Amino acid sequence: MGLLNKLRQGLGKTKSNLSERIQNVLTLGRKIDESLYEELEEVLILGDVGVETSLALVEKLRSRAKEEKIKEADQLMGLLKEEIAVILASGGERGLQIEPNKLNIILVVGVNGAGKTTTIGKMSYNLKNSGYKVLLAAADTFRAAAIEQLGIWGERVGVDMIAQQAGSDPGAVVFDACSAAISRKADVLIVDTAGRLQNKANLMAELNKINKIIEREAPEANIQVLLVLDASTGQNAISQARLFSQAAPLSGLVLTKLDGTAKGGVIIGIINEMGLPVKLIGVGEGIDDLKDFVPEDFVQVLFEEANI
Amino acid sequence: MAVFSSLADRLQETFRKLTGKGKLTEADINEAMREVRVALLEADVSYKVAKDFIAKVSARAVGSKVLNTLTPGQQVIKIVHEELVALMGSEQAKLAVSSKPPTVVMMVGLQGTGKTTSAAKIANNLQKQGRRPLLVAADIYRPAAIKQLEVLGEQLKIPVFSLGDKEKAVKIVRAGIEHAQKHGNDYVIIDTAGRLHIDENLMTELKDIQAAVNPHEILLVVDAMAGQDAVNVAAAFNQELKIDGLVLTKLDGDTRGGAALSAKAVTGCPIKFVGMGEKMDALEPFYPERMASRILGMGDVLTLIEKAQKTIDIDKAKEMQAKIRTAQFTFDDFLDQIEQMQKMGNMQDILGMIPGAAKQLKDISIDEKDLVRTKAIVQSMTQEERERPEIINSSRKQRIAKGSGAQVQHINRLLKQFEQFKKMMKQFANTEAGKKGKKGKNLKGFFGNMPFLP
Ligand SMILES: Nc1nc2c(ncn2[C@@H]2O[C@H](COP(=O)(O)OP(=O)(O)OP(=O)(O)O)[C@@H](O)[C@H]2O)c(=O)[nH]1
Ligand SMILES: [Mg+2]
Repeated sequence: MGLLNKLRQGLGKTKSNLSERIQNVLTLGRKIDESLYEELEEVLILGDVGVETSLALVEKLRSRAKEEKIKEADQLMGLLKEEIAVILASGGERGLQIEPNKLNIILVVGVNGAGKTTTIGKMSYNLKNSGYKVLLAAADTFRAAAIEQLGIWGERVGVDMIAQQAGSDPGAVVFDACSAAISRKADVLIVDTAGRLQNKANLMAELNKINKIIEREAPEANIQVLLVLDASTGQNAISQARLFSQAAPLSGLVLTKLDGTAKGGVIIGIINEMGLPVKLIGVGEGIDDLKDFVPEDFVQVLFEEANI
Repeated sequence: MAVFSSLADRLQETFRKLTGKGKLTEADINEAMREVRVALLEADVSYKVAKDFIAKVSARAVGSKVLNTLTPGQQVIKIVHEELVALMGSEQAKLAVSSKPPTVVMMVGLQGTGKTTSAAKIANNLQKQGRRPLLVAADIYRPAAIKQLEVLGEQLKIPVFSLGDKEKAVKIVRAGIEHAQKHGNDYVIIDTAGRLHIDENLMTELKDIQAAVNPHEILLVVDAMAGQDAVNVAAAFNQELKIDGLVLTKLDGDTRGGAALSAKAVTGCPIKFVGMGEKMDALEPFYPERMASRILGMGDVLTLIEKAQKTIDIDKAKEMQAKIRTAQFTFDDFLDQIEQMQKMGNMQDILGMIPGAAKQLKDISIDEKDLVRTKAIVQSMTQEERERPEIINSSRKQRIAKGSGAQVQHINRLLKQFEQFKKMMKQFANTEAGKKGKKGKNLKGFFGNMPFLP
């Protein structure tokens, strides 16, 4: 199944394709008026874009419509999609940047249940298929059976995992994992961390320490820190991005669970504010369900249900 | 993009223009409601739920007389708050009890919302009430999900029933209930796999379980950080299963939690439990007032006043204010404040309740653990040191450190914080005093008699 279709999967239920097509035809040639702008705002807010960002986008659209003397709704839609896609593409380089002939370390962070461990499983599968030697580090020593969960993914994919006992110091696991990765000449070391809410100062300090240990123990390595965001999260994702970036320098985002009906629009504001790229997206629980982020597809799906 | 200021601040701005009128006009209300709407949407309340809510509240507010004890602004806040509380269910709902044990409770929800953790917490809760719960591991899909439940069960000394991940979920649940009947377990808590509400196969699996064992209670677990999609999810699960209640998780985060309102509004089901942390005892009943204020992002104004009146000795509070104004505030008073506050409940909650204070006190650490240490440090001071902290030199610090088990650096930090606090309190008390004449004319007037906290 194509990626766009997978993203759309969730939408099929809400509206039959036929009625959608009819409505689209009816709205062709619609003139621009106040109610159109209001509808656009509504669509954006329903997609979790947030009031502030939605208003800013609609304002921008108004002034562009005036400047460029745009008269019809579908042209306006085109502009808006373009506007959003530009923001989405502005965060920086997408996809994982794996530097050849050196150790790459990917530190995966995020709130509880966002999809970190699953993402790591899928990511190691993709990397292994691309011919890299991958090593996993089980630095979630806190959540019950977290180590076993990562271990099962490691077995599935066929990559090794460095782990200690449950309850041990995650810093010590990371320390071990760095030296193992160096001595085994791994291409990529992926570090799973415990889920933590960003307002817990002690847990964020722990994350900061983990990152410092990596920087110290593998000074030559190409280090990337990925924040995993659940697409069904609302405006709290902004706080997540802000506070996690204070604990460790984020390289980008992974947006998971886009196979559901949530749109994940909150990332527009985050990318705009923080200049972070979406590196990858999760579209299912299967091993093959980690994909590249394509801004145009994302925007397409954001507006799919809107009959404008 | 700038951060939105809190609703309380913005409303205050809006209402400054309204003071002194006798009745709420439509124009007043409209202006205020625009702010309320933004607050609801920023809190992730569903677009439609917010819209309906605003319409309802506006209708009630227009033409309502402004009570002479309140300003128009306070009046609107009161109405909004009351309606929000009403919408979220004013009564606390308890877990079902079957007359024919075991009572069967099934946890359902999206992936990663916290079903397994909540299942174990609920079982723990029941066990503490003298019940004999059995946990049933029916998540056969997520790697190590069964193991996760088993580890938690072991920690809590609660039995966990499983048939591994090779059997069908329906079979596991059936066998689990038989097991409970044989072993005298009066509650069965079923942990199911997380699933998307649009996943037909997996939704059918839940319906099959439901048909097979007819649970007394189906609880939908909702992540408090969820966004606009929460209504779709809750509606779909409710339509397929007719759920009985909601569990709201991860509320110990900094989310405003509007999803709670959305899920409640769309299912009509009460929120039965709230998850407040990763520990097994971090499960609380749901307090609609707290939640209403949190969603509005304005502090739990009304409850705070009630609560404060109940727990705080008003005379003592007045005395305290006088002390603060004249900067005679000592470590004894500081300790007193801490104790008063502990009596009132969780520090973080209380801070959240005070619009102005929350902002000013944001930089001061208020970890409960710190509080315990702070208390120990103060208790290790002599009377003279408490009254005149400036005499605390390094040898005194050593002694206090020994007595309290804290480190000298903690004592240094506390001394510095105390000074800062005193200074800030003095400022605060002065502005309050300056406003005495028009007390009750604005939001801050509400807090005229509130002693503030360390
Ligand atoms: N539908 C769907 N489910 C996903 C996706 N990514 C992860 N999940 C599921 O979400 C749930 C939580 O995923 P985990 O990988 O355990 O999340 P985590 O962030 O490691 O969780 P903690 O370590 O407990 O904080 C699991 O049931 C996963 O199968 C996705 O892209 N789509
Ligand atoms: Mg994990």
